[in-house]
Amino acid sequence: MSNSLRTRTAPPTEVVNIVKNRNKGKLPPGEKALIASPGTWFVWFGIAAFFILLFGIVLSVLVDSLGKPWFNTWLPENFTLGWYQESWERFNLTHIIGVTLLVAVSVIVISVVIGVPASYVLARSNFPGKKLVMLLFLLPILIPPITFGIPLATVMYNMGLGRTVLAVILVNLVPSVPFVIITMTPFIEQINPAIENAAKMCGANMYRVFTKVLAPLLIPGILAASILVLVRTVGMFDLTFLVSGPTSDTLVVAIYRAMTSAGGGESRQLISSMGVIYTALMLLILIIALRFINPTQLVAQVKDSRED
Amino acid sequence: MTSATNTASRAHGSASLKHRLAERGIDTKLLLLVPAIVFALLLFVYPFAYGIGLTFQPLAATQDQWGGGFLSNYVAFFRDAFIFDSVWLTLKLALPAALFNVLVSIPIAFKLRNKFRGKRLLQTLLVLPITLGTVLTAQGLLIFAGRQGWLNRFLMENGIIDQPLALVNNYIGVMLSLIISGFPFAYLLISSYLSGIDPSLEAAAKTLGANWKQRFRRVTLPLLAPGLATTFILTFVLAFSVFPSARLVGDASGDTRVLALMAYRAFSEQLDYSMASTIAIMMGVVELIVIAFVFLGRSFLYKGSTGGKG
Repeated sequence: MSNSLRTRTAPPTEVVNIVKNRNKGKLPPGEKALIASPGTWFVWFGIAAFFILLFGIVLSVLVDSLGKPWFNTWLPENFTLGWYQESWERFNLTHIIGVTLLVAVSVIVISVVIGVPASYVLARSNFPGKKLVMLLFLLPILIPPITFGIPLATVMYNMGLGRTVLAVILVNLVPSVPFVIITMTPFIEQINPAIENAAKMCGANMYRVFTKVLAPLLIPGILAASILVLVRTVGMFDLTFLVSGPTSDTLVVAIYRAMTSAGGGESRQLISSMGVIYTALMLLILIIALRFINPTQLVAQVKDSRED
Repeated sequence: MTSATNTASRAHGSASLKHRLAERGIDTKLLLLVPAIVFALLLFVYPFAYGIGLTFQPLAATQDQWGGGFLSNYVAFFRDAFIFDSVWLTLKLALPAALFNVLVSIPIAFKLRNKFRGKRLLQTLLVLPITLGTVLTAQGLLIFAGRQGWLNRFLMENGIIDQPLALVNNYIGVMLSLIISGFPFAYLLISSYLSGIDPSLEAAAKTLGANWKQRFRRVTLPLLAPGLATTFILTFVLAFSVFPSARLVGDASGDTRVLALMAYRAFSEQLDYSMASTIAIMMGVVELIVIAFVFLGRSFLYKGSTGGKG
């Protein structure tokens, strides 16, 4: 068959290869070989290596935070919960976690209140200078936090806001508001505008369109965006670190300060137990989050609407 | 809000200017944009402009040492090897890390794109590093990969190595922490881009007899390439502003003296706000240059490959 093909039309090499390949596989279509190909081996090896590293890190911190003395052996000699108690009292973790949650919730509320109306306008209307406005909201996400964080922190200190909780909230808003806008805009774009128009024709004003029609439709998107903001804010180190002080440290910053404090830092187990508390907090947030959103879906939505 | 609708209905009756503006997209709806713009101007544009202004007001000490008048900070930045080398040190960390994360994610995302048992579990596990944060990753690396950690212990007891490997407090340590935090991110992004490609395109190529290499090279890769560029940029941005891990698992005065660290030192240890702003802003400039290069390359990629798609 391939001979007749070649003599008649003298196909390009690509086609010849294809024809050759057709006969190469010995298995009937739809069946898979039992022995995995080298590519599969590579993939599973990579994943395994990654997870060994990951679980090694998590487990060693966990074991370290529970172990009494642990130096030269596979496992510590005794296990204790004492480190948790000690670090909780020593670093006043009730206060630190309180500050962390206060900052996170304020940042979410403010950035949703400011961001969602803006993303509604960006999704629904075209106006002169729209590209410029988009750029204004894209820059804080693209530029490294330190780059705008240091001038921002200087301004904060000049205004006498340095080391206050208010300053921590304000600096964390800088990447969060654009983040809400960037994630919500494609989400609003996919809501059919006919629904709003119908409401307007029935006599609803802007305010009522927003509260009675749009808000219920937007809830899933707002929830997804605010969970991502929550994760970012709790994990945000650079910006918080620049303006926070002893009374306004969030948990990450407190751990960092404990690790780098003068005189070789605090004892390792105390830091490990704080780390475990931090991870537990984040895990709790993420488990709640994954019940509501699929992280890959959100990105896919962004991409689909971009192609339109 | 009610007053806004009142003016809108009055405008409908009389003023034509309002109507004409509305046709161009300028109407009361734009008021919703005002809080966000005011916010961005106050907390982003103003401090940024202030910071740029600050870079032209160097301390007397900087002027004495490097000269150059009001540009003295910039002279110091380019002349002082201790500062300027950190540009290369940062790029030497961020570029390979971002490249590695993207390149390794491609085959893995490709293989795991089909449905299989435990896929959701695997994806959930891959989200796990986000919960760790940089600080805990650093702490874990110090314990796990340190001289007496499980990794070195395992390798030593099995006779694979004689001396413990130096995996932390140097370049490798920071690289490992960048991979742990960056790879899941790159993987999730790439796999979502991959799921955005219509599978029927590949099926069509398959019915025409293309093997997997040809399908990948001629169909999937060109469609994926813009997404890869975006992923690279985002991973690069993450890796470029690495700061806590460079200090905690790196060699903060040597190999991993990254720009963020230098800027922070000038800010909080030397209290030289103008030099700190200079380093910070130059850091942004370097990053934007790399991003611009990738975007440039991306525009070539995209044009070349969609030509065939039609």
